[in-house]
Amino acid sequence: MDTRNARIGLILFCVYLALYGGFVFLNAFSAESMEATPVSGVNLAIIYGFGLIISAIILSAVYGFVCTPEGDVAAASGATSNDAGSSSSEGAAE
Amino acid sequence: MIYEASPIAVTIFFLFVGITLGISFWLGRQAKDPSGYFTAHGQIPWFVNGVAFAGDYLSAASFLGICGMIAFYGYDGFLYSIGYLAGWIVALFVVAEPMKKLGKFTFADALDAQFNSPGIKLAAGISTLAVSIFYLIPQMVGAGVLVQPLLGFDHWVGVLLVGVVVILIVVTAGMVSTTWVQFIKGSLLVVFSAVLTLMILSRGFTENAGEESSGLRKIQVNKIAEHNLHVVEPSGPWTDPEVLKLNILQLKNSSTGTVSVWTQHEMKSSSGDETWLLEAQTLTTKKDGTILVNGEVKGEKKGEPELHAIGHVSKLPADYEEGSAVGPLEFFSTLQESEIILWPSKKLKEEDSSETTVYYQKPTPGSHILRPGEHPKFKGIREETFLGKLNFLSLMLALFCGTASLPHILIRYYTVKDAAAARKSTIIGIASIGFFYVLTMYLGLGAMTSGAMDVTTSNMAAPLLARSMEEWLFAAISAIAFTTVLGTVSGLILASAGAVTHDILTSYFKVEMDDAKKVRVAKISSVFVGTVAIILGILFEGLNVSYLVGWAFSVAASANLPSLIMILFWKGVTKQGVIAAVVVGMVSSLGWILLSADSMNKVFGFAGHEGFVPFGQPGIVTIPLGFLTLVAVSKMTRKNEASA
Repeated sequence: MDTRNARIGLILFCVYLALYGGFVFLNAFSAESMEATPVSGVNLAIIYGFGLIISAIILSAVYGFVCTPEGDVAAASGATSNDAGSSSSEGAAE
Repeated sequence: MIYEASPIAVTIFFLFVGITLGISFWLGRQAKDPSGYFTAHGQIPWFVNGVAFAGDYLSAASFLGICGMIAFYGYDGFLYSIGYLAGWIVALFVVAEPMKKLGKFTFADALDAQFNSPGIKLAAGISTLAVSIFYLIPQMVGAGVLVQPLLGFDHWVGVLLVGVVVILIVVTAGMVSTTWVQFIKGSLLVVFSAVLTLMILSRGFTENAGEESSGLRKIQVNKIAEHNLHVVEPSGPWTDPEVLKLNILQLKNSSTGTVSVWTQHEMKSSSGDETWLLEAQTLTTKKDGTILVNGEVKGEKKGEPELHAIGHVSKLPADYEEGSAVGPLEFFSTLQESEIILWPSKKLKEEDSSETTVYYQKPTPGSHILRPGEHPKFKGIREETFLGKLNFLSLMLALFCGTASLPHILIRYYTVKDAAAARKSTIIGIASIGFFYVLTMYLGLGAMTSGAMDVTTSNMAAPLLARSMEEWLFAAISAIAFTTVLGTVSGLILASAGAVTHDILTSYFKVEMDDAKKVRVAKISSVFVGTVAIILGILFEGLNVSYLVGWAFSVAASANLPSLIMILFWKGVTKQGVIAAVVVGMVSSLGWILLSADSMNKVFGFAGHEGFVPFGQPGIVTIPLGFLTLVAVSKMTRKNEASA
């Protein structure tokens, strides 16, 4: 858990956890609020549900963009960038 | 319903299945050594692996189960879609890369990477087997359900057919061809679901679609004499307060003597309130095994007595022009203002010990169908009791944690070259799976209003919806669903075979095996697991496949997730801690499920039994229990080691 990519992963995970948790708790403890129709006659249950799926796709795309093969390598004590890591996994890009 | 096989459907079906299998055999012909057999040499391109993730994951439960649940209850089925996808976020952001780095062949490898303990291998191997077999049941049930309308076979023939074909795939080819089956089926499933969705949107809605042809009657209560009917005085189970509460009554035809069942409804009309009777349907199993539908002996061919197809909108909004195409959002806003007939059921035990199931019409506002809480399992969230809410939270937690702990998904991380490729294929997987899950809402609601549903089984919703469009589409969708089952089942069997060969035999029992023997042992275990799956698939015929999968997720999350996460985040884990967590998580979640009211009623056949646990879904208790066990045992054993 000490690589750059792993840290990015955890941050994005927390973002999604908050969204999902919000949905689940809203359903469990305030089910009526899901019946509101905020946008063009479509209710909140569908908007939030679709929103969760779409945000999962967006977050994973963001993750794919931000992560680099260098980020897979654990930063050794003090060293910040690691050139050796790039050659080993660069080939996977195609 | 009576299903008749059409020659076109059968031809298209076998063509689809044949081509899929042919391609995968051809591509998978070179897998001979263990690393090729189990993990395709880690050489699957990431894009293919990503779509194969979708193929692996979008099982019969997603396609048949979720669509069916939405078609019969509305929004609640979609909660599964949301939960199943959310689990992928855990898989991608937390588990994917460490898994790739630590392991070699199986999930147990990753757990055991820093301990080298045979005990961990054994525990993880057994939990892999338990989860896989649990997950296999709904797939096999789905297979049986599929071939019924298409080929006119019985349920057990379908199960047997899938079992045999899958064993054949796994035994002859291994991971390479399994991956290609999953890739092809994943792409086809997503593409054809999109086509079907477009057709649903362009068809729009029609009031009472299919109702006339189905022959179900609707009459005003004061006009029953005109229809030559009179009310039968209720007796026996028909006087049960539960039954009376539903306003169910029996009417007898004065000339033919046939008894029909109806429900009474108050309806508003321009001339004030009127009382109408809506015809229900009955399915009776006599003591001697004869089956009656709506009071007559069930026929065997089309045109003879059978249950009517169901599923229609009874009232559309005034500003909607019937049959006009709708946009993706207009689809929901139109339904929101409509009224739809749902078909709940009630079981009655008659005095002569025959059993009657009454399926009755329940006009339901669209706004209720599009909100959570219509399904009996989710009703809890609309009640004041805390237990009902807890059951819901528990399921959503299990779905969230379950994906990242499913062994057959985890092994897919070993079929690509490195962490970067693992990441990319997960992203492709999430995109295709997410897109498909958005479509389930359209497919399910489209089926609900198609007038083509089989009232006795929700699992058939998606294929029957396709049949209401085009016969060839029905064949294509059924074939895809069938290969769906093939793909998922072969992945599961392969994961189980890997667990038996690597984790249990080689690592725990120290059986010396050369490469050729390893592959042979794996093949023998595949045949064994496949056979078990066939038997269970036949036994569990009547359960909704999505609900069964919910259980598999609970077991996976409880047994595997605590160790998987803690090894990544906590340095204090000991091998005894891991073993204890896996065993406790597995045993407690399995035990909970077997003692729940659902198992008591539907599996063991104790109707009305309340079960020994307060609610059905174990996750919210057993997942934390797994974590707790791991921490407690690790702390204890660490101290012992230090003092020794």
